[in-house]
Amino acid sequence: MDFHLSNEQLMLRKMYREFAETEVKPLAEEIDEEERFPMETVEKMAKLGMMGIYFPKEYGGAGGDVLSYAMCVEELAKVCGTTAVVVSAHTSLCCAPIFENGTEEQKKKYLPDLLSGKKIGAFGLTEPGAGTDASGQQTTAVLEGDHYVLNGSKCFITNGNVADTCVVLAMTDKKAGNHGISAFIVEKNFTGFSQGKHEKKMGIRGSSTCDLIFEDCIVPKENLLGKEGKGFKIAMQTLDGGRIGIAAQALGLAEGAIDEAVKYTKERVQFGKRLSQFQNTQFQLADMHCRTQAAQYLVYAAACKKQLHEDYSMDAAMAKLFAAETASDVTRRAVQLFGGYGYTREYPVERMMRDAKITEIYEGTSEVQRMVISGHLGVK
Amino acid sequence: MSFNNTDIAAFKDVWVFCEQRQGKLMPTDFELISEGRKLADELGVALCGLLLGDKVEGLAKELGGYGADKVYVCESPMLKNYTTGGYTTAICQVIEELKPEVMLFGASNIGRDLGPRCAARLHTGLCADCTHLDVDMPIYKDFLREASTLTPEKIEGLNTAMVLGEKHDVSRDLKMTRPAFGGHLMASIICPRFRPAMATVRPGVMKKNAFDQAKADACQIVKPAFTITEDDVQTEVLEIVKAAKKLVDLIGADFIVSVGRGISKDVAGGIKLAEELAAELGGVVGGSRATIDSGWLSADHQVGQTGKTVHPKVYIALGISGAIQHKAGMQDSECIIAVNKNDTAPIFEIADYGICGDLFKVAPMLTEAVRAAKAAK
Amino acid sequence: MKIIVSVKQVPDTSGKVAVNPDGTLDRASMQAIINPDDLNAVEAALKLKDETGCKVVVVTMGPPPAAGMLRELMARGADEGVLVSAREFGGSDTYATSQILAAAISRIGVEKDDVVMCGRQAIDGDTAQVGPQIAEKLHLPQVTYAADIQKTGDTITVKRMLEDGYMTIKVKTPCLLTCIKELNTPRYMSVGGIFEAYGKPLQTFDYETLKDDALIDPTTIGLKGSPTNILTSFTPPLKGAGLMLNEGDDKANCEKLAGILAKKHII
Repeated sequence: MDFHLSNEQLMLRKMYREFAETEVKPLAEEIDEEERFPMETVEKMAKLGMMGIYFPKEYGGAGGDVLSYAMCVEELAKVCGTTAVVVSAHTSLCCAPIFENGTEEQKKKYLPDLLSGKKIGAFGLTEPGAGTDASGQQTTAVLEGDHYVLNGSKCFITNGNVADTCVVLAMTDKKAGNHGISAFIVEKNFTGFSQGKHEKKMGIRGSSTCDLIFEDCIVPKENLLGKEGKGFKIAMQTLDGGRIGIAAQALGLAEGAIDEAVKYTKERVQFGKRLSQFQNTQFQLADMHCRTQAAQYLVYAAACKKQLHEDYSMDAAMAKLFAAETASDVTRRAVQLFGGYGYTREYPVERMMRDAKITEIYEGTSEVQRMVISGHLGVK
Repeated sequence: MSFNNTDIAAFKDVWVFCEQRQGKLMPTDFELISEGRKLADELGVALCGLLLGDKVEGLAKELGGYGADKVYVCESPMLKNYTTGGYTTAICQVIEELKPEVMLFGASNIGRDLGPRCAARLHTGLCADCTHLDVDMPIYKDFLREASTLTPEKIEGLNTAMVLGEKHDVSRDLKMTRPAFGGHLMASIICPRFRPAMATVRPGVMKKNAFDQAKADACQIVKPAFTITEDDVQTEVLEIVKAAKKLVDLIGADFIVSVGRGISKDVAGGIKLAEELAAELGGVVGGSRATIDSGWLSADHQVGQTGKTVHPKVYIALGISGAIQHKAGMQDSECIIAVNKNDTAPIFEIADYGICGDLFKVAPMLTEAVRAAKAAK
Repeated sequence: MKIIVSVKQVPDTSGKVAVNPDGTLDRASMQAIINPDDLNAVEAALKLKDETGCKVVVVTMGPPPAAGMLRELMARGADEGVLVSAREFGGSDTYATSQILAAAISRIGVEKDDVVMCGRQAIDGDTAQVGPQIAEKLHLPQVTYAADIQKTGDTITVKRMLEDGYMTIKVKTPCLLTCIKELNTPRYMSVGGIFEAYGKPLQTFDYETLKDDALIDPTTIGLKGSPTNILTSFTPPLKGAGLMLNEGDDKANCEKLAGILAKKHII
């Protein structure tokens, strides 16, 4: 077991960190205040290959590995939770299922633009009646000759308003339950497809979140992803990968909060001493760092397992569960260490705390992760 | 190379390259002539200016007024505008012929282009951006005692230096002191084995002598022989453009004068005073968050946690209390000066210099005092 | 056509610099970075590569860890790297260093349509001497303080900054240019570039490699080859507590303060 990063991964981390500090951090407050999607950052990231990190060059990817991708999301999240999830959702929830399940034609058609960041991807699974209970899909897909007709709506879709390409789940056979769900590649200009209003949220406010609406939406037959009836399996596998991304986002948020807290407590003076000289401050930060470091090992281990094509489902669930709950805990403690100033929007920790909460919910709530883990343990 | 420049005894006199641009001498030339005069006196030799250009002889006497015994003038249409090739060729020929022991250049953009090329061609040592030049050992040691944290024993031991394994007496060497590591370290450099010892000197650092007309009249003008061809010139100057001074932003500024809530009783007046002080220093105006929130200054002026983080040479805080959000944006400034009515204001905890007073009275006085101090230099 | 860029790995002197109790600099407190002006030189070379498809070779003189910096430059797009490293080269001043680098660049080969680029100065030595001295040793025309570079065929037109404006200078290749930060905004390493970096060729030139060059022999390198010597180095006295000026009245305080600033050459 070699816990060392490769030369390339060390260089990548350096680049991600510099990029995050110079290009992403200065915008973080503004895109949160204005609920603005950071399109200019996406364009810069695309140029550097950050929108298709672990996919092969053959399809326009950067030829990297899963851990390199997780580290990218981590470094971005340290300074901006929103920018991190843009990359994560695009990569894990749209690029990945097409790469893993697509035909050669589908991969050649969609991946080059997605992996180069020319186009942004999204994933449509969640519906008003199907959240944690993902099998309760109401969106239907009926085959009519050379195309499917989709009807229904999805909600809470990350990157929804800006996505050019979406992987969408719909019911092709209502009677077959989970085995009646199929996956489709939907382009935003297909007839009958529209996007809903931007959802106002507690955190990651710059992230585009909205409904996807299908009203007799025409999807060519060739855009069926994988086989009919295999959609649920594709969705679950996609979420496994997505969990690594979200775990990395949570990890970064926790790390960023600790960095801010260390800096602040070394400057702030009360009772004639710097806050950092009080044992409470020291012990709090020690606990925060310890938990965050443990989360990092879980995230990196899950990424490595996926890279080796081993069964990583439980590892991803553990990473996401632990990292998300750590992020919420650590960011809350960071705000507490800042005191009154931490509650104001002058300092970034309150935004980090607001951003952290969603990591316990989306791409499988912490409860779902516990189901996955106990399931793997055989605890029934 | 036919030029034997290790025969130290064969080299005599202190020379100063006097830069002229479009027929005007650079102000730093007078500083260097003055400093060169001091060094020449300590060495007991002559001080000579070296002036290159086309039809520039008329500029030479003025250099005499600041202390030059002689000015060597090299004129040619090919030397009208500065080119590395042309100037290096002429200067090196003249140095090889006349053998000065010290050659000084101003560390202007041109001096820093020319000096190293000459040093390389002559196979001699060059020390760049010097802020202090010494020959006389007692004076040099006094300088070290004041400007460094070196122990007295170490300072005393500097009469000799180990050069290639042998003890070398540095008493007649030019000791060239200059900043390195971004200014965090000072080094004294010598050129013991070759001549001339060359240095480029930071403009605005050396003290200019008073002008003496009699000395100017007595200054000798000599035109040494040199040959220069098109092949020597190597580059072509298409145009020389003087640009209006660009707007400096906070991040790149060397001097920042910031205002805070203390200007509230006369906002326009306070800002004007800050602008005047900033202009005198060649800097820009900044503001604390209060000034931006109140609409007194636009957001791009804000220094602090939610504004910009700055590291200027000098940060002057007028009427700023120094709350932690502001400190976060400027605490790494090299020199912090605070003016505040309240002597317990937190800003004084991080200021290098503080004046407890009314900024409306102090700021204009400071502007005037800075103006006077600069004129006296 | 190829562009040879001379680069240096330096301690980051622009951040916080710690001083040891004995007055020497704590070098370990400073991160090793690519010299900022050199990044501008590399960016200029990469821009020309984007336009013309030319080759970009990066060369550095330094201890073995400097190879990591060359890899980072390859991750930005440089095609080849040369590390000039040998015990014999240690202790070189700018003269000896430029001699060694000139020999290395000579060995890499400077063709008629090639350009050598450097950063204007390094943030540790701050001398700006090595670029011009390499040019002299290689008998190349030089243009320093380049804020804009336009190449057409074998002619380069450079906007060369002065303190109060600029000169426009025409020079023919082969030549040497030194670059300043106003020239461009250096690109980041790209993800794809990083994965390619370790596959690109990186050579090491040691004393054996270069000793046959006319510029190199034991008297022209290291301490023996250095015309300048360091007599002593020191750190300025540490900043103490601030000084509250109380000369009696505001005018006196201001005059005293202005005097202090003038004496310290701050104004």
